[in-house]
Amino acid sequence: MSIFESPARSGHQRAVRRLAQPAATIGLVAILLGVPFWLVIVTASKNQAEALNPNLALPSHWQLFQNFAEVLNQGRMVPAFFGSLLILVPSVAGVLILGSMAAWVFGRRAGKRVAAGYALAISGIVLPPAVVMIVLLLKEIGLEGTPLGMIGVYMGMYLSTVIFFVTGFVRTIPRELEEAARVDGASPARVFFSVILPLLGPTLATATILISLFIWNDVFYALFVIGGRLDTLPLNLYQVASAGLYLNNWQSIFAYIILMTLPLLVVFMVMQRRIISGITSGAVK
Amino acid sequence: MGTSQVRVRSSTREADAPSTGRRRRQDHPATFLVPALVVLVVFYFVPTVLNFVYAFTDWSSFKSAINYVGADNFISLFSNGTLLSDLRTTLIFAILVAIFQNLFGLVLALLLEKDTRVNRAARVAFFIPVMMSALAVGYIFQALLKPDGALNAILGFVSGHAVSTAWLGSTTWTIVVVSLIQAWKWMGLAMLIYLAGLKTISEDVLEAARLDGANWWETLRRIRLPLLAPAVTFNVATALLGSMNGFDTVQASTKGGPGGTTELLNIFIFRTFGQGLFAQATTMSLALFVMVALLAFPVIRVLRRREEVL
Repeated sequence: MSIFESPARSGHQRAVRRLAQPAATIGLVAILLGVPFWLVIVTASKNQAEALNPNLALPSHWQLFQNFAEVLNQGRMVPAFFGSLLILVPSVAGVLILGSMAAWVFGRRAGKRVAAGYALAISGIVLPPAVVMIVLLLKEIGLEGTPLGMIGVYMGMYLSTVIFFVTGFVRTIPRELEEAARVDGASPARVFFSVILPLLGPTLATATILISLFIWNDVFYALFVIGGRLDTLPLNLYQVASAGLYLNNWQSIFAYIILMTLPLLVVFMVMQRRIISGITSGAVK
Repeated sequence: MGTSQVRVRSSTREADAPSTGRRRRQDHPATFLVPALVVLVVFYFVPTVLNFVYAFTDWSSFKSAINYVGADNFISLFSNGTLLSDLRTTLIFAILVAIFQNLFGLVLALLLEKDTRVNRAARVAFFIPVMMSALAVGYIFQALLKPDGALNAILGFVSGHAVSTAWLGSTTWTIVVVSLIQAWKWMGLAMLIYLAGLKTISEDVLEAARLDGANWWETLRRIRLPLLAPAVTFNVATALLGSMNGFDTVQASTKGGPGGTTELLNIFIFRTFGQGLFAQATTMSLALFVMVALLAFPVIRVLRRREEVL
C-alpha cells in the first residue's frame, strides 16, 4: 500500500514546491511593489477632497488624465523636462568622452606619477563633493545658477566613475590592436577615436545608464547650484510638493510622479535586457 | 611553455624600452588627460580644498566680510550637540541601509534565480524603484506611512482592530523606517548584482556538493555565499558609503524629523545653507568628507581581505 502511496505523495509535494516559488514571487511583488504603486495610481486619479487622506480605496470618479492636465498646466513641468535634458545630455556626453580619453592614458601608461594621478582621479567615487564650496566657486567664476555650472559640477562628480570603469576595461584590450593602426601611421587621436572608442561601447553603455539615472534624479546638488534659476523635473517636484499652494494636494504630487517616471519607464522597458546585463557585467569581476 | 614564451617576449620588450620609451609615451600622450583633469580640478578638487579653509571662517549671508575664526564653528556645533548627533544619525542610517539593502537584495536574488518567465518579470519590476526619483519615493512613503495611511489600514484589516502607528513620528524608530525606505529604493540594484554573482558560480561545484549530499541551505552557506564575496564587497561598500551622502528620501519623508532624529548631515547642510549660515554648512560638509574618507579605506580593505580569506 505504501508503495502505491509514496509516488503519489512525492508527486503532490513536487507540485506544491513547483508552485511555491512563483506564488512567493507574486506575493512579494504584490506586497512590496503593488501596494505603493497602487496607492500612487488611485490617489493620482482622485479629486482633491478624496485625495486629502491618501488610501487604497478606488476613486469614486476616475480623473487621472484631468489631474495630469492640471499638473502640466499649473506646474512648470514641460520647461522642467527640457531643463533636465539640457543638463543631462551635455553632462553625460562630456564625462564619457573626457573620461574615456583620460582612462585610455591611465590604462596604458605606467609609472608613479600616472598611478598617483589615477588614484586622485578616482577618489571621487567614494568621497562626497564639497557642495557649499562648489556654490562659492561657481559664483567666483561667474557660473552661478547657470546650466554650464551645473554641467561642470556633475562632470566633476561622475568623471571618477567613468575613469574607473573604463581604465579597467582598457587594460583588457590587446595593445596589438593599437599597434596595427599605428604602423599605418595613425596619430594618437586617430588611434583613440577609431580603434579604442568603438571597443568601449558596452562599458560606456553601462556608465551612461547609471550616470543618467543619478543626474536625472538628482535634487540635492541641483538645489544648491541652480535652485530657483533653472527648473529640472526633481527640482520642480520638490517645489510642487513643498509649496503651500499644493499642500496636501496628493493627487497633484502623485500625478507629477507618474508623469515624471513614465519616460524613464518606457526607455527601461524597451532596453531592459541590455540595461540589466550591462549593469551586472560591470559590477562583479 | 606558454608562460615561458610570454616571459621571453616581455623581457625583450624591457630591453627595447630605453630606445622606444619616448615613442611609447607619445603613443598615449598626457594631453589626453588634460580636459578631464581640468574639470576635476575646477569642479571637484578646488572646492574640496576650499572646504578645509572656509570651515574655519565666519562666512554668512549676514555680513560682507569673511574673517578667520579658528575652530569656532566646530566648537559651537560640538557644544550644541548637532555635530555628534548628526554624525551618529548619518552613520546609523548608512549601516542600517547597508544591512537591509543587502539582505533584501540577496533574498530577492535567491528567490528569482531561475530563469522563468515570472522571475524575469519580477526582476524588471524590482528595478523600477531604482529608476525612480528618490524624492518621489520619499513622498510615496510619506503618504503610505501616515498614522491614518494605507499601511495602517492594511494592518488594521489583517489584525482586525484599528492601527494608528505614526511610523514617521517616532524619535527612536523612524530612523529605522527611513533606512527601510532607502533600502526599498535600492534593493533592485543589489539584487541584480547578486544575481550576476550567482551566475558566475560554476554548475560543477554545485553539482559536486549535491552529490556529496549537501542540501540547499548547506550549499548556500558553505559554497555560494563565500563565492559571492566580490558581489558582497561591492554592494556593502556602495550602500554604506553612498548612504552617507543620503538626502532625497529622508528629506521627502521626514525632513529630518521628528525632533531632528533623522537629520542626516546633508539635510543639516541644506537647511543651514538656506538660512544663510554658510560657514556652519561648510563645517558640516567637511565633517561628512572626513567621516567618509576615514571609513572608506578601512571598509574597502576589510571587505577585500575577507574576499581573499574565503
